[in-house]
Amino acid sequence: MEPLLAILVGAMTAAAIYLMLDRNLLRFLFGLILISNAANLTIFAAGRLTPGKPPLVPEGADAPLSLVANALPQALVLTAIVIGFGLFAFALVLALRAYEALGTLDTTEMRLAEPREDRDAP
Amino acid sequence: MSWILALPLLIPFVTAIAVFLLSNSPKMSARVSLAGSLAGLVAALFLFAEVASTGVVAGQMGGWPAPFGITLVADMLSAIMVVITAITAVAVALYALGEIGAEQSRLGYHALFQVLIGGVSGAFLTGDLFNLYVWFEVMLISSFGLLILGGRPEQIDGAVKYVALNLVSTILFLSGIGLLYGETGTLNMADLSRVVAEHPDQGMMTLIALLFMIAFGVKSAVFPLFFWLPASYHTPGFAVSAVFAGLLTKVGVYSLIRAFTLIFVSQPEVTHTILLWVAGFTMVTGVLGAAAQSEFRRILSFHIVSQIGYMVLGLALFTPLALVGSVFYLVHHIIVKANLFLISGISQRMTGSGELYRIGGLYAAAPLLAALFLIPAFSLAGFPPLSGFWAKYVLVKASLDADAWIIAGVALLVGLLTIYSMTKIWAEAFWKDDPSGRIPKAPQDGPPLWPCYAAVVFLAVLTICVGLVPGPFLAFAETAATQLLSSDAYINAVLGAQE
Repeated sequence: MEPLLAILVGAMTAAAIYLMLDRNLLRFLFGLILISNAANLTIFAAGRLTPGKPPLVPEGADAPLSLVANALPQALVLTAIVIGFGLFAFALVLALRAYEALGTLDTTEMRLAEPREDRDAP
Repeated sequence: MSWILALPLLIPFVTAIAVFLLSNSPKMSARVSLAGSLAGLVAALFLFAEVASTGVVAGQMGGWPAPFGITLVADMLSAIMVVITAITAVAVALYALGEIGAEQSRLGYHALFQVLIGGVSGAFLTGDLFNLYVWFEVMLISSFGLLILGGRPEQIDGAVKYVALNLVSTILFLSGIGLLYGETGTLNMADLSRVVAEHPDQGMMTLIALLFMIAFGVKSAVFPLFFWLPASYHTPGFAVSAVFAGLLTKVGVYSLIRAFTLIFVSQPEVTHTILLWVAGFTMVTGVLGAAAQSEFRRILSFHIVSQIGYMVLGLALFTPLALVGSVFYLVHHIIVKANLFLISGISQRMTGSGELYRIGGLYAAAPLLAALFLIPAFSLAGFPPLSGFWAKYVLVKASLDADAWIIAGVALLVGLLTIYSMTKIWAEAFWKDDPSGRIPKAPQDGPPLWPCYAAVVFLAVLTICVGLVPGPFLAFAETAATQLLSSDAYINAVLGAQE
């Protein structure tokens, strides 16, 4: 299962980098969403996969009786997904505002804060 | 014991809730924000006193023992950084009384500002890598909000670059955390320090270390990862850019120092050599970038980059004296840089522009402001007896002691070029007459100017104090460096601290 996930992470990262190299801000953001999910899968796979063994503690015991799946990476991934969701919601709205305010999504055209002619002749 | 660690986090968040509820009353929320920042400073000083007298303080939130619980830990470096964060917060909250109007207050400026301060303090106090990631995100999302507050097109433009590059860094950081956890099975920094050192595959550890180096490198704006900073720091309001300039990149530098003194120290010939090259290029590109600019805050933004190089230099040399230099430089730089951005705000209020070729006459119209500008400007350039002189002196001495002649020369040359930039601002904004012939004067409407001056004077006095009496500050930095180099105290405090 881990090799499969590793290949998946690699494919997602490659696709994401291809998208992120685009000048279009929206495609960049799609790439970012893809690569962040690749990172989440990395954490998930790094915690070792133990299928079919939920980390449940039986009644009356203090600890799980046999080997169970590691719940910590899943908690980490859950946190990362929630945070990532918030950040991308913001980034998408920002892209919308950028389109409204600057009239373009082409990042090479976004020069309002850094004009090419820095110096107005006195 | 753990209350004293939690208070520097709790106070900003409680203040944030209070000012959020008050956001319809701009005057009240500005005052509550200032009161909260002052309370935060008191709490930070208590923590500092505790760390200075008893050594590393650690606590487990939630009652689980380390390495399973949520660790908060303050060694000397963390304590210094928390105090300096609180000082910056007080200065900027004071300045905000004179800048933030009803509209920005209604949009939530004060609440976002307090959350940002809470996030920065959290990043300095956490003892767990995943929590560091969470605090980074708290910091990041509130800085996004502050950056676009008001929504002028320039702000949106700057924010696109800031957001994009910072999100990439976040993802690298997260991937690094995933891989490190897969290899070591722990994310507690004290525990990692032990486990990473004993790990059989040191090559893999160094690989992961480089992932962290890139992630923190983007945050701290080192060469060649700094492009988001000069693209965005001159666009938001002045109180916002001052707190960004003072604190945000320094969280990145702090993380670099923490990661490369506590966790990843097994192959310094790889990691610290890269850092040394990075430091040199950062210093030079930053200062040359600044020389080409003609806008007040863009010059200052490029200088942030150049100064980050000095702090990384101290880490890269990795000798006790060099780390003293890094820590001292962090403190000096935060005060001075926040102050220069605040001064640029007053200057723009009086002249109406930040473009140096369009303004002038500030020396004649506001001699007090001119004098106040010279203090941080000379300190930044490294004139004795101001704080920047000692910071540079220690770092150059450490480089010479380590036989790193070239980097010492680079550091001195960059100091010289810094004077060039500061002189340019002085000559254009203060010395020459206004090209259009108007006399700089603050508009009568709008918030009062005196809180802005008070904030600037407060930070300028601190700069002079650090410069005239560097002894105690150097002693604190020395304690911090000693603790960084022998991490036993840190590890024992965390892993031995059971609630």
